[in-house]
Amino acid sequence: MEQQDQEQVTAKLQVPQTTVTPAETFAASEADKVFDAKNLSIYYGSFRAVTDVSLSIYQNEITAFIGPSGCGKTTVLRTLNRMNDLIPSARVEGDVHYRGASLYHKSVSPIAVRRRIGMVFQKPNPFPKSIYENVAYGPRIKGIRKKSQLDEIVESSLQKAALWDEVKDRLNKSGLGLSGGQAQRLCIARTLAVEPDVVLMDEPCSALDPIATGRIEDLMHEIKSQYTIVIVTHNMQQATRVSDRTAFFSVLRNEKPGASDTRTGVLVEYGTTQQIFEDPHDSRTQAYVTGRIG
Amino acid sequence: MMAIASEQQTVDLREPGGWRRTKNRIATGGMFLAFLIAVIPLGFVLFTVISKGASAITWQFLTGGPIPPNVLPVTFGGMGPAVYGTLVITGFAALIAIPLGVLGGIYINEYGGNQVLARVINFFADVMTGVPSIIMGLFIFTIWVLHFGYSGMAGSFALACLMLPIVIRSTYEMLRLVPDSLREASYALGATKARVTVTVVLPAAVSGIVSGALLAIARAAGETAPLLFTILTVEAINTNLFSGPNTALATQIFANATQPYTGAQARAWGAALTLIAIAFILMIVARLVTARFARYSQ
Repeated sequence: MEQQDQEQVTAKLQVPQTTVTPAETFAASEADKVFDAKNLSIYYGSFRAVTDVSLSIYQNEITAFIGPSGCGKTTVLRTLNRMNDLIPSARVEGDVHYRGASLYHKSVSPIAVRRRIGMVFQKPNPFPKSIYENVAYGPRIKGIRKKSQLDEIVESSLQKAALWDEVKDRLNKSGLGLSGGQAQRLCIARTLAVEPDVVLMDEPCSALDPIATGRIEDLMHEIKSQYTIVIVTHNMQQATRVSDRTAFFSVLRNEKPGASDTRTGVLVEYGTTQQIFEDPHDSRTQAYVTGRIG
Repeated sequence: MMAIASEQQTVDLREPGGWRRTKNRIATGGMFLAFLIAVIPLGFVLFTVISKGASAITWQFLTGGPIPPNVLPVTFGGMGPAVYGTLVITGFAALIAIPLGVLGGIYINEYGGNQVLARVINFFADVMTGVPSIIMGLFIFTIWVLHFGYSGMAGSFALACLMLPIVIRSTYEMLRLVPDSLREASYALGATKARVTVTVVLPAAVSGIVSGALLAIARAAGETAPLLFTILTVEAINTNLFSGPNTALATQIFANATQPYTGAQARAWGAALTLIAIAFILMIVARLVTARFARYSQ
């Protein structure tokens, strides 16, 4: 069953892609919808971190979440593969559909969700294992035991992550011995090794220098034809460089005296990256992208 | 040129005089002194045990038996039964306490969360660490020895009670040090909680867990009080751990050192040195094992 689903997803991915300009992509069809969030509110205990977010994310596009600190972009990202389940006090209202299935339905296993929707974190976090074992970790979870098959996956994943040439002679060395940029690419390779449908990236370049950042951005462009990518970034230039669509989140303050929730994150504006940066409809978006606030 | 140079005001970058330097010297001296004071008793213990015990150590002493009557000189018989007893009784205690303790630590940190049961276990592990070891001996005496008689296994039970809280606490502390980013990385790849724990969390903490366990073993191997009421301390070797009185180095030290005979006293020193050597060998093995586990952690 799992295998069949996997094939179906892969089949979908092999639909020939025509290169489209951001302006055209906004009219992407319903069938290309990967995520469809409706009235999503996320709570940590009694604190409402994010309020009433609705947005759709489309296949083979890079969607960027931007906004000031504390506006809930990472929180929204983590609800897309149910990573927030790991925080005991986190609670989700509203719904997210992933390829037609409700992610928060009680019959859904977060394990199955995360096998399709991978995640790369802000700080590179390779396991204290060898480079080979880092990449082979995911495939082993899926039950792949054959050495030859694992070798193949490790090589192709590292190649996709543009790291193979740098590490092919030291696959048995610790993953912790890599530089920051290499370690982050190792984490990307590790994520790609489970053949996910979607890759979520939570500020993947914030700990890296411009050269390493450039390599990761190139990499995102290269793998875009096979994956759907959602990236949270603080760097607006990065959003304009890599993304097809941009969602601008902001903090809404409750000025009412004595109100229990004094602030919450909201989605202000969502559109093609070109539109958000060149023709923002909301004054808050304009203030942010022109650098007047944030 | 000269004029310009001399006109420019020189910045004074010298250490400002006064208290800071003196305070620094006093503190450094104080720390060194504290270190010396701490090391002196340790050095003396080692020195005394080696100087008084080394002459007793022979192959015959370590392996021969039975342990002779107190009046006989040290050249008669040997401590073999006690060496055997210590290894087997402590080994069996470790076999009981380490798996239970490690699982308990994993439960508290990985599975228990804020549940009442986890907090209760944590609290009692804390309390149990402070319980005097003789209480453990009396406990096993009343619930086991009174019904089934003296045996090496009863001694193992008492030692296991002593080791359990140490292993739980050290495992828990080590697991707490594993960064959550590693757990998240594993979850994000679709791992189940059990897999995250077994393949990521435990390997990352293994060196600390192993040292904690060995510390507990070393502590248990040297305990006398819990064994006094549980193994009875005999002279002949008893290869059956599960029934009949047994013997151990720690209780033999106690039995021999309190005698007026020089032979018995020499035997006690020799046994003490043997015990220290066993603990030392354990520690070396632990270092080797953990170094092997930690080879990827940079």
